[in-house]
Amino acid sequence: MQGKGRAVCVGADIDTDQVIAGRYLRTKDHTIWVEHIFEDLDPSLARRMNGAVIIAGKNFGCGSSREQAAIAIRESGVVAVTAPSFARIFFRNAINVGLPLIECHLPCTEGAVVMFDFAEGWVETQGKKYPVKPLSPRMQEILAAGGLVNYMRTCR
Amino acid sequence: MGTLSERILGGTAGEYVDCSINRAYVHDGTGVLTLEAWKNMGEKGIQDAAHLYVLFDHIVPANNSTTAVLQHELREFACSSFLQFSDIGGGICHQIMSEGVVLPGEVVVGADSHTCTLGAFGAFATGVGATDMAAIWMTGETWFRVPESVGIHLSGTLSGASEAKDLALTYVRRLGMDGATYRALEFIGEGTAALPMDDRLTLCNLAVETGAKAGMFYADEVTVQYLAGAGHEVQRQEPEPCTYQKEFDFDLSDIVPVIAVPPRVDTIRPVSDLVGLPLDQVFVGTCTNGRYSDLARFARIVKGRKVAVRTIVVPASRAVLQEAIRTGVLADLVDAGCTIGTPGCGPCLGAHMGVIGEGEVCLSTANRNFKNRMGIGGEIYLSSVATAASSALEGEITQPEVS
Repeated sequence: MQGKGRAVCVGADIDTDQVIAGRYLRTKDHTIWVEHIFEDLDPSLARRMNGAVIIAGKNFGCGSSREQAAIAIRESGVVAVTAPSFARIFFRNAINVGLPLIECHLPCTEGAVVMFDFAEGWVETQGKKYPVKPLSPRMQEILAAGGLVNYMRTCR
Repeated sequence: MGTLSERILGGTAGEYVDCSINRAYVHDGTGVLTLEAWKNMGEKGIQDAAHLYVLFDHIVPANNSTTAVLQHELREFACSSFLQFSDIGGGICHQIMSEGVVLPGEVVVGADSHTCTLGAFGAFATGVGATDMAAIWMTGETWFRVPESVGIHLSGTLSGASEAKDLALTYVRRLGMDGATYRALEFIGEGTAALPMDDRLTLCNLAVETGAKAGMFYADEVTVQYLAGAGHEVQRQEPEPCTYQKEFDFDLSDIVPVIAVPPRVDTIRPVSDLVGLPLDQVFVGTCTNGRYSDLARFARIVKGRKVAVRTIVVPASRAVLQEAIRTGVLADLVDAGCTIGTPGCGPCLGAHMGVIGEGEVCLSTANRNFKNRMGIGGEIYLSSVATAASSALEGEITQPEVS
């Protein structure tokens, strides 16, 4: 899997309440999550999600197990999320909904081009390549299928 | 040989394993997405419905038509597919599973991050997302990376007004919000023996606030006796030689009452530093501190007096509420001016009731104080039950009384 997007920088320890607040969870309408994504962190972020690669600090996605957080990011048009570390439930959720995650410590300049290639195991920004920690074989298969729903439809 | 996680999951740390799931549960929030994902997977059947649970706790009773429709659909599905079902008022999913359901050595998954609470029984219990849960409904199994473990050595005994919650916040502070990401916490040492099951549940509950996959106690005499009370005969789990990735020591006699200040669980201050901070609301409940022993402790402090600030008490389950009625604790709480909510999560997640307004401050016995969680512009301080009770009486943060 390869991808390319513009960097959007966020801080460390971004919890899933900040990705999508509890007050917007009681719906199956994904457009509501897209509309209110990161509202409590920075309401202007929602407009910059399409085509973005989010470059986050450590422990991205901590807190609640709400899968709406991963869905909101994917549905907003985010290409991938990078962070030095992810909270584990968010990590599984993201792969399960087909959102690529890149475990890597990257410098972030707002709007800089970020490219990645999972097969070759690198991510590149501002003229420098960084190695990417590979996903487990199972997670690679799930991501390649476009998420766990497709994986279960086709593989089981 | 090995850590409790390694023994239960059947692998060594770092290895990927496929595991049969002994019990799997969702609540009204995550269950809706689970059902949707399960349908999208092709509705290929349910594996072992007797060990799948749907437990309504997050928005109970439903607050509006949208929620009511979503809950109706999930309720109908749970009943028609013969899943174990607990409707509104039954209580918090983790609490229900702790009332004689989860047993030592089991692999338990819940579609909620605080599933780690149930590691108190010597089970491997961890949170998963809705889509993972849908696959578990379908196959009865999932994959895990066997976690490395962190040893939390406990010695001594809690003293004065200090509670397990103070120890929990103290260890979260020491490890940090990502101090145990991908790892399991094992609570070990001679200090564990004196901790009753309710304290163990509180300690395991906060494990995920360090990023941990699980928080676990070895089943011992306390576990055996607790489960015997629920009609289960279980064996103790003896620790075996194993390797911890990191180890931390806590002398329980050093633990003092603390408060986590917003917006992070790992930022704590001694209560003494915050005395006098005005409060708008006190909330007692949740999967952290909504058990009968918590309500009873709160009642002992407020009994015969009046709270000086609006105070919401939400029992963690119907069984907790029934016990509080039977013993008179509920009457003491109501007489002291507390408002009682439907057993469930209550205002913790800021979705339907007990929401705080902009600029308001809530002292809560819950486990999260993230920005805006209980209401936009409101601030959440986290404390023990005794600190919450003494503070409710004064309307400001107050040193806890020994109850």
